[in-house]
Order: sequence, then C-alpha cells, then structure tokens
Amino acid sequence: MTSEIILMNGYGLYVWSAFSFTLISFVTLILITRKQLSNEKRKFASRIGFLSNEKLKVVKLQNTNKEILDIALNSKV
Amino acid sequence: MLNFFKPNKIFLFTSKAPKYVSILLIIVLSIGLTEALFLSPEDYKQSHSVRIMYVHVPAAWLALSIFSLMTILSLGIFIFKNKNFSLICKSLAPSGFIFNLIALVTGALWGKPTWGTWWAWDSRITLMLILFIFYSMYLLSWKIFKKKGLDVKITSLIAIIGFINIPLIKFSVDWWPTLHQSSSIKILSKTTIHPSMLVPLAIMTAAFALFSILIFLMKYNTELIKIKNKGLDRL
Repeated sequence: MTSEIILMNGYGLYVWSAFSFTLISFVTLILITRKQLSNEKRKFASRIGFLSNEKLKVVKLQNTNKEILDIALNSKV
Repeated sequence: MLNFFKPNKIFLFTSKAPKYVSILLIIVLSIGLTEALFLSPEDYKQSHSVRIMYVHVPAAWLALSIFSLMTILSLGIFIFKNKNFSLICKSLAPSGFIFNLIALVTGALWGKPTWGTWWAWDSRITLMLILFIFYSMYLLSWKIFKKKGLDVKITSLIAIIGFINIPLIKFSVDWWPTLHQSSSIKILSKTTIHPSMLVPLAIMTAAFALFSILIFLMKYNTELIKIKNKGLDRL
C-alpha cells in the first residue's frame, strides 16, 4: 500500500517532484515576504524611537501608525 | 468610490487578515492535497501522472488571472491617476510569478511521462514562457527604476503590453494545435472532465487562490509600511 502510494505505477518520481516543487515554492515565497514585512516593521519601530516628542505626537495621531507599531511589537505574521 | 482604495483605510483590514487567511489556506490545502494525491482516481490513459494536473492547471489559471488583473489596474493607473493601484499591482506580481514558474516546471514534469519530452516549442508552452519573461521584467523594473513616477509608468506599460499574450495563451491550443491538449474545462460549453477529478481540481484552485491572497496581503502591508518609513524621513 505504502509503496503503491510512493511509486504510483512508475509515475511517482514525476508526481511527487511536481507537488514538492509547488510546496517548496509556496514556503519560500511566504518566508521571503514575511522577512521583508518584519524588516520594514522593525525599521519603522526603531525609527519611531529616534523621533523627538513633538514629532512622535504627530506620528501617533495617525491610526495606521498605531496599527504598525502594535503589529511590530506584538504580532508574529 | 476610490476612497475605499486609500491605503490608510485598507491597512486596518490588511494587517489583521493574513492570520485568518493562513488558517483557511492550511485547511483547504490539506483537503486539496489529500484529494489530489490519494482519493482522486487515476486516469485510464495517463495513470497516476494525471495527478500533476492538480498543481499544474490551477497554477496556470492563476498566473493568467493575476496578470489580467494587473493589466486592468495598470490601465486604472493611467486613467484615474490612482497610485494605490500600482501598489496593489506590485503586491500581486510575486504570487503570479511563482504560479507561472510552477506551471512551467510541473508542465515539464508532466510532459516527460506523457509526451516523452521535458520541453517542446509548442505554442502554449512557448507563450507561457513569454508570460514568465513579462512577469520577470515587471518585477525587475521595480528594482531597476528608482526614479519616483518612472517606475510606476514603466511597470504599468509592461503589464499592459504583456496582456496581448493572455488571449493568445488561451486560444493557442485551438489556433495552433501541436502538443498541448485543448481545454477540458469550458465556461460556455460542457466540461469534459469527470466530477471525481473536477472536485479536487476546484479545491486545489481555491487553495492556490488563498495562497495568492495571503502573499498579496503581506506584500501590500510591506509596501504601506515602506511608505510610512519614507514619511518619517520627511517629518
């Protein structure tokens, strides 16, 4: 049964390669995109730290900035 | 109506959505893979090699659909002068590119046992390769052209010019039939594929679509935060 699933009448190499390539491509793209996203979040959070109090007030007035900061500090995705 | 496309409004949604889309993607992909690899029947002619269809066909469909959507949005950039469309286009392109690559590679892996060759200069396969070149040009243009405004114009032009390829890919199997088989699933006439194969194909297509939504959301958030970072420099 197991060997039948793996070998697939001699087509196993092609079928498993196709599915493996697809899944590896998916995981690679997710990891690259996630890395880019977390880099930008980290950059944003660190830049906020260098702002003067006045500028910080302006930044924090915007909801989007609050959201980014919140995600940068708390979220995993 | 265009107010809906304002980045600030969209960010509230796109920052939370990836978590839920990921969960849904894992569920749908698991069901799809079980159906495609173990539960669906083998083909009487192609035997188990037909299973490659469950990754090859959805990948090709989505590569074409995403490029078509990018073309529509690129036209929108020129007509409405809405730069957020370019942000959406830029965020859609990576998943389209990956789907195109998957369609080409899995096509080769399907071609070897079915036609006896990894590659042929068949009309549809060649046109898919040209689409891959357009995707590559589009993504590279964002890296090469740094001048503000020029990058948006050039990438939009690439998406619009590349669209000529889409109907050619769709009808190539009817106009220049060589190796690649004609479509089994048709919108206007009866589908020639059995429901036992159609269901896994539909589930895998849904999983692939969810994957492209996930990548789009993550990439779009990255682009928005990039803009916010630039905004901090100007403060």
